[in-house]
Amino acid sequence: MHKCTEVIIIGGGIIGAATAYYLALQGIKVVVLEKSDNIGDGGSSRNGGGVRQSGRDPRELPLAMYGVQNIWPTLSDELGMDVEYVKEGNLRLGKTEQHLNILRNLTKRCVDLGLDVRMIEAQEAREICPYLSDEVIGASWCPTDGHANPLLATLAFYRKARALGTEFITGENVLEIKKIKGRARQVITANGIYEGETIILAAGYDSRKILGTVGLDVPMTKISLEVLVTEAQPKMFGQMLGTAMADFYGHQSKHGSFVFGGSSGFEDTNKNNGTPITASITAPCICRGIMKYFPLLKDVKIVRTWAGWADISADKIPVISPVEEVPGLIVACGFTGHGFGIAPTVGLLVAQLASGVKPVLDLAEFRYDRFKAKI
Amino acid sequence: MHNVNNRSRDIGEFVPAEDDELLICRCEEITKGEIRRAIHDGMFTLTEIRRYLRTGMGLCQGQTCGKLVKEIAARELGLVLSELGNASSRVPMRPIEMKVFGNEKEPGENA
Repeated sequence: MHKCTEVIIIGGGIIGAATAYYLALQGIKVVVLEKSDNIGDGGSSRNGGGVRQSGRDPRELPLAMYGVQNIWPTLSDELGMDVEYVKEGNLRLGKTEQHLNILRNLTKRCVDLGLDVRMIEAQEAREICPYLSDEVIGASWCPTDGHANPLLATLAFYRKARALGTEFITGENVLEIKKIKGRARQVITANGIYEGETIILAAGYDSRKILGTVGLDVPMTKISLEVLVTEAQPKMFGQMLGTAMADFYGHQSKHGSFVFGGSSGFEDTNKNNGTPITASITAPCICRGIMKYFPLLKDVKIVRTWAGWADISADKIPVISPVEEVPGLIVACGFTGHGFGIAPTVGLLVAQLASGVKPVLDLAEFRYDRFKAKI
Repeated sequence: MHNVNNRSRDIGEFVPAEDDELLICRCEEITKGEIRRAIHDGMFTLTEIRRYLRTGMGLCQGQTCGKLVKEIAARELGLVLSELGNASSRVPMRPIEMKVFGNEKEPGENA
């Protein structure tokens, strides 16, 4: 099999699907190749749904702010289905003076870049979210943060791009990118060869192996993160929540269930049997974390838990960059567990790179060749 | 198992049916018609249908409707059941309160 197109995207997650959508809007022919059987089966469907600006690395913050200002508010209308975007703010909670210091530092560096985020006392935090425990002594508060449904947002980009003519092929495991006359041109899979004028690599951690086939590397590792979902409850609060110590994070979904991610401390060393699996110690640990902040939730039932891999780059921000040594290749990977909220912005930027338009935001910080040895 | 699955392949038009109002997922109140429409929106796997509609995401976690959804999807996609695979089952086996799930104290220890 041999198939020609304008743009090939490797990776059918939210980055790939959003990029495909913005390219399809311009009438560009796109083929998306996804290794797994399902669209958005990696981090795209396995995250806490945060559409958060506060707490971001200053280099990444402009991408988050752009999305909140220009894309997320109208995304459901644009894509023709509800992605459950809620903009009711983000509370990052602290229980000790040490926590508050962490929060003050995170807050300061975002304020310096023009984000509306500030430290608040426990009383004000409780006015915003009345269910907080007495242990909470302060928080950072960003009123323009929010959350969305990652399952629906990913599938919404896919559905719309597909309706606009993008060809999505799942179960296509990419083995190699091959250069022809110095340019990235062919994508070799287990079943055949695809040819494109531009190749976009957005395959999460697996991008590393594929990049290796053209002699490049992005230093990253992967860790498994776990999330639990409760039975539906009457609406209690609309904020996105986090803590200074990252004990847990999450929100109440439109459906009423709470979706809380968290960690056990063993993320770097969790078992890897080829598929992300939950460890028996993690969800109970997340439960204990949640109950310290929200004692009222102690009787709420957990119906489901799941795990997912996050691709952690060496300096904790993604690579979003054309590759000079391999003209025609664009890389978007290493989102480090906070890619969902910026995914629509990234899709737009990568589509601009691929169609030869100057990206609406500067991408200099996200170059693939920024990683230098320590001496 | 990874089958190459082209999402632009022609599965025909959505044809309304008399039993489209039939409730299939009782926990989340999803009808047969909604499931069939989701497939025509591009949701070609049980996992995608589940994420799109919430079938099998309620209290019973698909233990009641899982088989029905699979049969509807297979027929709509023109596949045999074995080609469709299964949706993932997830911990815990049945809904469990946070205070119970989070309690790892031995009997006699102070909770």
